Amino acid sequence: MLEAHGIAFRYEKNRPLLFQGIDLTLKPGEIIGLPGPSGRGKSTLAKILAGYLTPLQGDVQVEGNPLKKNTFNPVQILFQHPELAVNPRWKIKNVLAEAGPASPGLLNDLSIDETWMERYPHELSGGELQRICLARALNPGTRYLLCDEMTSMLDALTQAVIWKAVLGIAEKRNLGLLVISHDAALISIICHRTLDYFIQPG
Amino acid sequence: MKSDNFPSSLDLWVNKGEVLAVVGQSGAGKSLLAHALLGVLPKNAHVSGQLIFKGRNLTLTDMNRLRGREIALIPQSMTYLNPLLKVGVQIARAAELSGVSPKASRRATMEALRRYRLAEETASWFPFQLSGGMARRILTATATIGGADLILADEPTNGLDKDTAGETLMHLRGLADTGKAVLLITHDIEAALSIADRVTVFCGGVTVEEALAGDFNGSGRLRHPYSRALWDALPGRGFVGSLPARAPISANGGCPFITLCQQFTSPCESLLPDLKSLNKGRVRCHHA
Repeated sequence: MLEAHGIAFRYEKNRPLLFQGIDLTLKPGEIIGLPGPSGRGKSTLAKILAGYLTPLQGDVQVEGNPLKKNTFNPVQILFQHPELAVNPRWKIKNVLAEAGPASPGLLNDLSIDETWMERYPHELSGGELQRICLARALNPGTRYLLCDEMTSMLDALTQAVIWKAVLGIAEKRNLGLLVISHDAALISIICHRTLDYFIQPG
Repeated sequence: MKSDNFPSSLDLWVNKGEVLAVVGQSGAGKSLLAHALLGVLPKNAHVSGQLIFKGRNLTLTDMNRLRGREIALIPQSMTYLNPLLKVGVQIARAAELSGVSPKASRRATMEALRRYRLAEETASWFPFQLSGGMARRILTATATIGGADLILADEPTNGLDKDTAGETLMHLRGLADTGKAVLLITHDIEAALSIADRVTVFCGGVTVEEALAGDFNGSGRLRHPYSRALWDALPGRGFVGSLPARAPISANGGCPFITLCQQFTSPCESLLPDLKSLNKGRVRCHHA
């Protein structure tokens, strides 16, 4: 279980808190939606949950323990812009190898073509590159996947193809998913429940 | 780019007073089309075919002259604003470049701000002080101040929340209603349909369909299997349910959509169909 208790955060001293008192529980196999307008702190919360940022107050626990450094992080984030999440000077095979050897079954599930391996990131389309980022994030050690506007810059068909693959893998491996999106229709169709911290006027 | 003949066949037309939405995959060549219309493709780009504007064939010299005056671009993001210059100065500069005299440009700037419901003091702000929606209004004001007749909007709703996106789209509709021609380039088909008169669908660098916006209503009036798949894949509709079990690997040559097409037969693999008229629209498919 991925748990957060009483999370508060701000980027600079002397500025008001971006948010406070956020509690969240994500169980394995559960899909939670996190909707809300831009600029309220949805992505910041995701970075706190994955241990990229340290909250001002509160704590984050995975299976009852704080997140460990210097080992594979069971909480992985997928960002809106895959081209910013990969090293532009590395070939795709090296990008994938960063998270350990990818299993052929996984590459097959995500329809990743063998010929992409020798290419550089700018030689793939946004949807293709997002699938590479997914393959990298879906190491066997991953338990929770935070999808931060993962498909919002993709056309409807590419979006559906990617979600079909992710939902299938999440079900097979009993992963917990947090879906950050401002697309209400997307959240209502794939999520079991939604958190509304960020949709009240604030 | 490794493929040297991409995009290969884009076909579209837009009338004054009309919003034409250009939708399709990311990487289908939508933004390249805007760059071709503005004449800002890199030198090594090979462009063939015709660009006709107000009944005249456009040459590169024409495009350099018309760019910003009669054909204007509303760019994707506020990174197109100079971060070190107050926005009023930038709007006035755009006005001067499009032929307004330096004296009149200040007044034109204030009028443009009023038109987009921005307070006069906004002129003395820097881009970082603007919200996403305000920045979008400034970019629109900058693009339209010269009175251009053809407006190209490249992914104007990317990264905006619903309210801001809706406001941006209404401004584009307003421009068309005053007699401009608006080319709305987007991957977001729902946003496009909310204001467009007609829709051109791109797939893999070719125009596969030209439809009326009203054809996207689920009543089976769409002509190309790619348009139907795109429409059925919306989260509010079929979403993942209508997909084949596994997306095949993309192929080269022939129809760009064979990888996901359910109707695919042997000529589709090697022969790109012609764009033919059908039901007040056009389609490029062997099976239509």
